[in-house]
Amino acid sequence: MSEVLVLVEHVDGQVKKVTLELLTLARRLGAPSAVWAGPGYSAEAKAKLAEYGAEKIYVADSADITDYVVAPKAELLAQLVSSASPAAVLVAATAEAKEIAGRLAIKTDSGVLTDAVGIGEGLVADQSIFGGGVNVQSRVTKGTPIIAVRPNATPVEASAGAGAEEQVSVAVSDAAKGAKVVDRVKEEKGARPELTEAAIVVSGGRGVGSAENFSIIEKLADSLGAAVGASRAATDAGWYPHQFQVGQTGKTVSPQLYIAAGISGAIQHRAGMQTAKTIIAINKDPEAPIFELADFGVVGDLNQVVPQLTDEIAKRK
Amino acid sequence: MNIVVCVKQVPDTATERKLRSDDKTLDRDAADGVVNELDEYAVEEALRLKEAHGGEVTVLTMGPDKASETIRKALAMGADKAVHLVDDALHGSDALGTSYALAQTLKKIGFDLVVLGSESTDARTGVLAAMLAERLGVPQLTFANKVEVNGTSIAIQRVTDYGYDKVEAVLPAVVSVVEKINEPRYPSFKGIMAAKKKPVEKLGVADAEIDVAQVGLAGSWSEVADFAAAPPRAAGTVVKDEGDGGVKAADFLASKKFV
Repeated sequence: MSEVLVLVEHVDGQVKKVTLELLTLARRLGAPSAVWAGPGYSAEAKAKLAEYGAEKIYVADSADITDYVVAPKAELLAQLVSSASPAAVLVAATAEAKEIAGRLAIKTDSGVLTDAVGIGEGLVADQSIFGGGVNVQSRVTKGTPIIAVRPNATPVEASAGAGAEEQVSVAVSDAAKGAKVVDRVKEEKGARPELTEAAIVVSGGRGVGSAENFSIIEKLADSLGAAVGASRAATDAGWYPHQFQVGQTGKTVSPQLYIAAGISGAIQHRAGMQTAKTIIAINKDPEAPIFELADFGVVGDLNQVVPQLTDEIAKRK
Repeated sequence: MNIVVCVKQVPDTATERKLRSDDKTLDRDAADGVVNELDEYAVEEALRLKEAHGGEVTVLTMGPDKASETIRKALAMGADKAVHLVDDALHGSDALGTSYALAQTLKKIGFDLVVLGSESTDARTGVLAAMLAERLGVPQLTFANKVEVNGTSIAIQRVTDYGYDKVEAVLPAVVSVVEKINEPRYPSFKGIMAAKKKPVEKLGVADAEIDVAQVGLAGSWSEVADFAAAPPRAAGTVVKDEGDGGVKAADFLASKKFV
C-alpha cells in the first residue's frame, strides 16, 4: 500500500486535532506517514500520531525548518515525495499549510487542491465554493495529488499504526532562507480553542453593540468550550480583534456547531461559516438572512437570550 | 523602487456566482466584475510605499478584456501604468498555471517588489503569492499587516494564529497583504480622469514567453470533475423569544447532544 504523507500541525510540541483528522482520512487512502517539521518532537507526540494510524513518522526537527517562512517545509516535503513516492500529500487547510502545499506543487510538478471538505474514491476532493453556494468535486490530473483539507471535516477515529520513526536530515537551501522569522509575537488569546480548529464557535456581530458587551459572547463560548468569532461589522467597529473575523475576508470555519448572535448573515459572513454542521442564530430581526441557514433560531434580544442560554448550559452540566 | 501590484477581477460577491456548464470554469458573464477586495489593500500599500520611497507602481492583471475595468480602478487610485496579460490561451488556468503566467510576465517587466492581496474572493486558494515567490526564487513575505522598507531591506509582520511573526528579507520580494493593513483610498475625480491617459500595455502569451502547454484549462494540474448547486439547508425551527428563548436554545442543544 502506498504511503500518504500527512504534514503534522503542532504547537508547543502538542499535535493538533486537525492532524488526527488527516490521519483518519489518510488511512482510507493508503498507509499514513506523519511528517513532523520543526522542533518539539517527543515520545508523547509519537504515541499520539501512532494511536491515530501513523505507520511511519518522518522527523525533521531542526530549527532551520521553522526559522524561515514556509519554503523549508516545502523543501522537506518535496524531498519525501521524491523518496517515498506517496499516493498523496495531505495538509491542513490553514493559511500557512496551504502555502506549503502551493510551493510543494511547483517543486514536484503536481496539482494542488485547497479547502477540501472530504476526499472520495480516486482522490476526488469535495469543495464548497462561492460562499457555500456550489459544491464541487475536483481532482489532480498531474503528479502527486496535494490536498489541503479543512479542519473539522473528518470525524476522528483512533486506529493504531506502527509509528516507525525515521529521522530525516534536510539541508535547507539558501533559496529557502530568503524570508527569516526574527521574532514570534504571541497575542493574548486565553484558554479558548483556535478559531479555525474549534468544534464549536460562538460569534457576535453588529447586534452585540459594543466591545464591552462581547463579554456575553465570550461567556457563552466558555460555557461550551468554544472559540469566539466576530462578524466584519463587529471587527470594523473595533469591538473585537480582526484576527477573529469570520467571513470572506477573514477566517473560514467549519465547526460542528456555530452560534451566530446579532449577526444578520450577509453573504460576506456566510462565506466563512456556511459549512458548519449545525447553526443556531439569535437575532432581533425576524427577516435576517441568517435564519435561512439556521437549524434553530431565536428571534429576540441577544442581551436577554445569550446570558439565559449560558446559565441554562451551566445548569445542565 | 519598482513596485508591481497584481490585481484580479472577481465576480461581485453580492451577485450570484456560477460555474459554466460547458467547461466548468467561472462564469464571468453571470456576475458584475469588481476589483478583488484584498487587492485594493495591495494597491494602497504599493502607493504608500511609492510615496515614502519613490519609484513607480505598475498594475499587473491577468484576465479577459473585461478585466481592463479593474486596471482603470487601480490606475485611478494612483498607479502609474499597467500591464494586461490577456490571451484566450490563458482561459481556465488553475493556480499553478496562473502563477506560472504571472511569474513569466514579472520576469519580463522586472520588479523590486510584488504586492498582492492574500487571497481572492472567488477561488480563495490563498496560495498564489507563495507560488509566485517559489517561481521567482525571491523571499515570500505573505499575510502582512505591516510592511516597512529601508533601502533594500524589507520587514513585515506576518499574521499568524497566535499573533504575528516579524519577518525580514532583502529585495526583490513578494508581499501579500491582509485586510486592515491600511484603508484603501477612493479614486478622486482627478485620478479617474488621469487614469484614462495612463499607459496600459497588453501582452499575450507569446510576448511574455509563456509556454501554452502550462496554462489554460488543458494545461492545468487539476480539474473540476463535477459541480452542483449546494442543496438548500433543511428549514430549521425559528422561535420568538417570550422570555424563554435561551432555555429553548439550550433544549435544542441538548437534543443535539451538545450539552
